[in-house]
Amino acid sequence: MSTLEIRNLSAAVGGKQILNGIDLTVSSGEVHVVMGPNGAGKSTLSAVVMGKPGYEVLEGTVTLDGVDVLALPAWQRAQAGLHLVMQYPTEVPGVLLAAVLVQALVARGASTDGLDARLATESTRIGFDAGLLHRALNVDLSGGEKKRNETLQLAVLEPKIAILDELDSGLDIDALRDCARRVEDATNETGLGVLAITHYNRLLAELRPDRVHILVKGRIVASGGPELADVLERDGYAAFSGDEPEPEVPPRGGSLEDLFRLP
Amino acid sequence: MAMPTVGDEVWRYSRIGELDIDAYRPAAATTTVHGGDGYLGIAGEVETGVVHDLFDELNLAFHEAVVLTVPKGTVVAEPIVVTHTVGDDGVAVFPRLIVDVGENSEVTIVERLRSGDGIEALVVPRLYLRARQASRVSYLAVQQLGVRTWQLGNQYAIGERDSTTQLATVALGGDYARVRTEAIVAGQGATTRQIALYFADGTQMHDFRTKQDHAAPKTNSDLLFKGAVQDHARSVYTGLIHIRKQAKGSVAFQTNRNLTLSEGAWAESVPNLEIETNDVKCSHASTVGPIDDEQRFYLESRGIPPDVAERLVVLGFFDEVLGQLPVGAMAGGLRAQVQAKLERRLP
Repeated sequence: MSTLEIRNLSAAVGGKQILNGIDLTVSSGEVHVVMGPNGAGKSTLSAVVMGKPGYEVLEGTVTLDGVDVLALPAWQRAQAGLHLVMQYPTEVPGVLLAAVLVQALVARGASTDGLDARLATESTRIGFDAGLLHRALNVDLSGGEKKRNETLQLAVLEPKIAILDELDSGLDIDALRDCARRVEDATNETGLGVLAITHYNRLLAELRPDRVHILVKGRIVASGGPELADVLERDGYAAFSGDEPEPEVPPRGGSLEDLFRLP
Repeated sequence: MAMPTVGDEVWRYSRIGELDIDAYRPAAATTTVHGGDGYLGIAGEVETGVVHDLFDELNLAFHEAVVLTVPKGTVVAEPIVVTHTVGDDGVAVFPRLIVDVGENSEVTIVERLRSGDGIEALVVPRLYLRARQASRVSYLAVQQLGVRTWQLGNQYAIGERDSTTQLATVALGGDYARVRTEAIVAGQGATTRQIALYFADGTQMHDFRTKQDHAAPKTNSDLLFKGAVQDHARSVYTGLIHIRKQAKGSVAFQTNRNLTLSEGAWAESVPNLEIETNDVKCSHASTVGPIDDEQRFYLESRGIPPDVAERLVVLGFFDEVLGQLPVGAMAGGLRAQVQAKLERRLP
């Protein structure tokens, strides 16, 4: 059982504060979806948690099973069990996907025995053209191929917690289904915990969230069950932005708090 | 001719001012030729009288020549390998390779330059290559000189009608190592392709000058030079595409990319175009800079440590050239030498 805990996280890029005190807890097997409009800080959240250079943490903590993640460089965060599926996977000319996975496994002290068979199996599962395994990373791949490639790496490296940064952008509905199902399977098969960051709720058709969080202006303004996505679909982000009150989340039976709530 | 100075445009950025020519005595390198049986001989017609500088003149005076003549209509199946080894301190050697490839013939030639790391010497190689009509010639220079050996090389290649000439270089050695190449596409429909991989470390300096000279209509040239510098090493690439008046309908490309892998390393890229006619297609691109941050982060985010990530990126960068070498079988060994050099980078 692993837990990623983000506490009161504030961060800036280029001197401009983007995140204003984020609290999130993601545990093994859970799927959390953070939804927000453009500019809400979604990509900043994923970059800061993964340790991309250029982001300044102003306040707060991020821990994975108690380990201070913010004190580690990105590669050690990955070895500790974090994985980032990128919105725009970088093209790395001349560097083959298979070579990257070999190095990534070796650096973890993991065995590369049977890697070829594993890659073949995962390629079939994810609908990734196995011919691309020995091509340069992401070079000249379509949007869908890039995301299948990202998902394949996730499947092979078996992280504890995965951050999916806009997995649903730039790919068609078939590729989205293949990728989301593989991630969903990983939550069951290897207990993967997922923090999926997205703009649209089309991802939710395939990846069934346990919790939905609304991120506006660098702050989580609402959290709830999957039904929160339906509220969002109906009312839009406008209902959550600015100083407007938090939305009515459908009540889940009467609690003491509800009984004694002031009008 | 007089000793050139950095004030001369073609010696700009060079270390020619440091050369004490009197410190060296003319001598012969040990030269071996493999696979050349039947082709070694005196060529009558390759123009080797080109004298551009003092070192052309010295080579003319003191050279030891290897002459390869491939008769008309001959396909030479195996590469011909010429190896020059410099074994003595204080010598200046003047290897001269003359290649005459007959009409519709095909040949691959490898020329290797070697000296021990302790050898203080001057190597002044010259290449004169003629690709006759519709011939296909591949030439690969592998420069593995020791770190105290200087190289001042010139190459002249002429491609006749419908010929294809590939000139490839892998330069890993030398103290100051310079190669100047003039590739002339002299007959209609002729093509030259130049590629190079150069990687300097310590206090090495690599200096390349290229000229893609289009002297006939509908000629093609393409050039891809990729280099890296680390520690306190330096490199300079200066390239000219010259499209002459009569070279209408020509196509010329030139790409030079450089990675600076250490704070103290320096690389310069100077592309030039001289186009005297319309109706041509030309482009050049050049870059100098460190490893791309996004590429590094991508690999690191997979759990790969920074030094391994950089090595992957640099080897990937060079693989584009290694994958096009005329002798594919040599790519693996040269790649291993690049990797060994990367692994000894100063912190």
